[in-house]
Amino acid sequence: MANLKMQLSCPMPKFDFDTITLGHGGGGTLTNKLLESGVFNLLSNDLLDEHHDGAIFSLDGPTAFTTDSFVISPIFFPGGDIGELAVNGTVNDLAMCGARPQYLSLSFIIEEGLKMDDFWKVLVSIKEACEVAGVKVITGDTKVVERGKGDQIFINTTGIGNILPNAMIKMDRVKEGDAVIVSDVIASHGISIMSVREGLEFESDILSDTQPLNHIVEGLITKFGASIHLLKDPTRGGVAAVLNEIARDTKLGVFLDEKKIPIEEQVKGACEILGLDPLYVANEGIFIGIVDKEKAEAIVDHLREIPESANASIIGRIVIDHPRQVIIRSGIGGKRVVNMLVGEQLPRIC
Amino acid sequence: MKFVNEYRDEDLAHKYLQQIKEVVTQSWSIMEVCGGQTHSLVKNGILDLLPEEINMIHGPGCPVCVTPIHLIDKAIYLAEEKGVILCSYGDMLRVPGSSRSLLDAKAKGADIRILYSPLEAVQLAQKNPSKEIVFFAVGFETTAPANALSVVQAKELAVHNYSILTSHVLVPPAIEAVMNDEESQIDSFLAAGHVCTIMGISEYGPLVEKYKIPIVVTGFEPIDLLQGIYMVVSQLEEGKFELENQYSRVVKDNGNQKAIEIIEQVFEVKNRVWRGIGNIPYSGYEVKEAYDAYDANVKFEVNIDAAEENKQCIAGQVLKGIKKPHECPQFGKKCKPEFPLGAPMVSSEGACAAYYHFHQAAELV
Repeated sequence: MANLKMQLSCPMPKFDFDTITLGHGGGGTLTNKLLESGVFNLLSNDLLDEHHDGAIFSLDGPTAFTTDSFVISPIFFPGGDIGELAVNGTVNDLAMCGARPQYLSLSFIIEEGLKMDDFWKVLVSIKEACEVAGVKVITGDTKVVERGKGDQIFINTTGIGNILPNAMIKMDRVKEGDAVIVSDVIASHGISIMSVREGLEFESDILSDTQPLNHIVEGLITKFGASIHLLKDPTRGGVAAVLNEIARDTKLGVFLDEKKIPIEEQVKGACEILGLDPLYVANEGIFIGIVDKEKAEAIVDHLREIPESANASIIGRIVIDHPRQVIIRSGIGGKRVVNMLVGEQLPRIC
Repeated sequence: MKFVNEYRDEDLAHKYLQQIKEVVTQSWSIMEVCGGQTHSLVKNGILDLLPEEINMIHGPGCPVCVTPIHLIDKAIYLAEEKGVILCSYGDMLRVPGSSRSLLDAKAKGADIRILYSPLEAVQLAQKNPSKEIVFFAVGFETTAPANALSVVQAKELAVHNYSILTSHVLVPPAIEAVMNDEESQIDSFLAAGHVCTIMGISEYGPLVEKYKIPIVVTGFEPIDLLQGIYMVVSQLEEGKFELENQYSRVVKDNGNQKAIEIIEQVFEVKNRVWRGIGNIPYSGYEVKEAYDAYDANVKFEVNIDAAEENKQCIAGQVLKGIKKPHECPQFGKKCKPEFPLGAPMVSSEGACAAYYHFHQAAELV
């Protein structure tokens, strides 16, 4: 709905072309038309409006800086699109550092032949996502590659922001006894993408969970400060990959309780049918927190008050018993190791 | 999830575990035939919960693991040299052929696609009339009806650019091969529930009689497996050998007649080579001559060298239950999921990968 509203208030300007061609990346008048009437106009802000070779600004104090590239296919999926994802992904990486995201760079690599309508939809999504997250795009780039050398559109965003005053987020603050929390249901993004991939289409109303986490994290850090030891967003490789990284880097163990891990029934069902383990499925709008065990209940209660993290749960704890390993207690009380995957999860035969 | 959650109930699981503990008085070796059951046993941590007298042995029922190496080479050859669009179930892609996997070939530009159903491959053939579409028809009796149906459908729709590369294997001959092996010490079997859903249970009665072993047709959820194990152990302790059906909510005695009919329409039973095990008489399906036009083995002339298995891989012994995955000297060392020496380390249903991912990794560190 939000997208629809934005498109009504952001009608596409009249361009004298309906697809993007190599010329739009050539630096000449076509490029200028695309940028002036499109990107600059839509994403306008004081720093971007300078139209300089780069943005000039000041930031004081400890700062977080991150970059991410987005190559998702299909570019429009249930619950979002590549534009929204490109903003939220980088915003969330900054939020995981305990930063308040402020500025983004935005670079497009467009495959010639992309429909201008589609590009416009992506731009509008970017604008809307920036507004929701409270960040500004202040510099960027557009390149066009020959047909077959890309996949419609690739987007890179780089982000920067000040570390929040109370934030003390570092891997070496993770200690034995800490609680492992997850902010909401897992695996929705990956399964929503899977449902529209060629060859795997299935009917469902599972939506991607893509959303900016910075406001939730800022509220959490303002209230609980040093009790938040580490934050990670479990994107590619899912919850399993993030927890394995924590176990590897801290040389501590992670013990999970499968029954406590929140997952939507239909996502769980889709995973069963497709032969996928939800622990390895990508997320784009949740985070894993390693927090002081004394404050864990209060933190989860706080998160549950917020609609975007209404299903927050304590899913496990940090232990010394099995260093560098993630072990899960299964639904019937057995134990198994949760390893990192080698590559992508491949659907099973039967 | 209704009809699933009930079979994952912790209290019920512990009741069955308690019953198993009460009834067992000596060591028994039970083979679960199907890779899906192996996967479920390790994923749910059941192996650790069972009393130590129960020795679960993981059988050859991982279709990906037993697909012969030369067929994988052939699939790669078709995709690379003959320009076909090769479609496959997902977990076949990472299995190593003699030199590389389908995933490697895909990375080098071969058109290889993951599908969930061969019927989608027929649609793909309709959409791409100038290309040949080959579906890598791998599996036990479970996937045979859909693969057969795709051939019948392609014929009815006059889709001439579709064919299947068949590697179908059958459970009962595999049980015989395991029992006939001199090194085998199996006391009983959990038969594969989904295979019996298609074929029914009549093929297993003669095996019970011939080898004097209990066979219990068993499902895949934790409660199914625990109940199946309990039924088997009860028989063993009482000195009985009977065919029982734990999975009766799904498996009917006569199976699925429509599915059997379509299998018999398209396929015939032939000898087949199992990767790691060798030739097992009358243990697989081949496409009948009437459907030659849809048999990739007939349609495409392929000249590739005979392939050899990596000599350090003991997959054959693992698949027959003679050795446990972690008893292989290369397990977790030279052979890991990222560089597998043999197929059972690849598929999530393969005993080696299942052990590596879920179970034995704990002891390796």
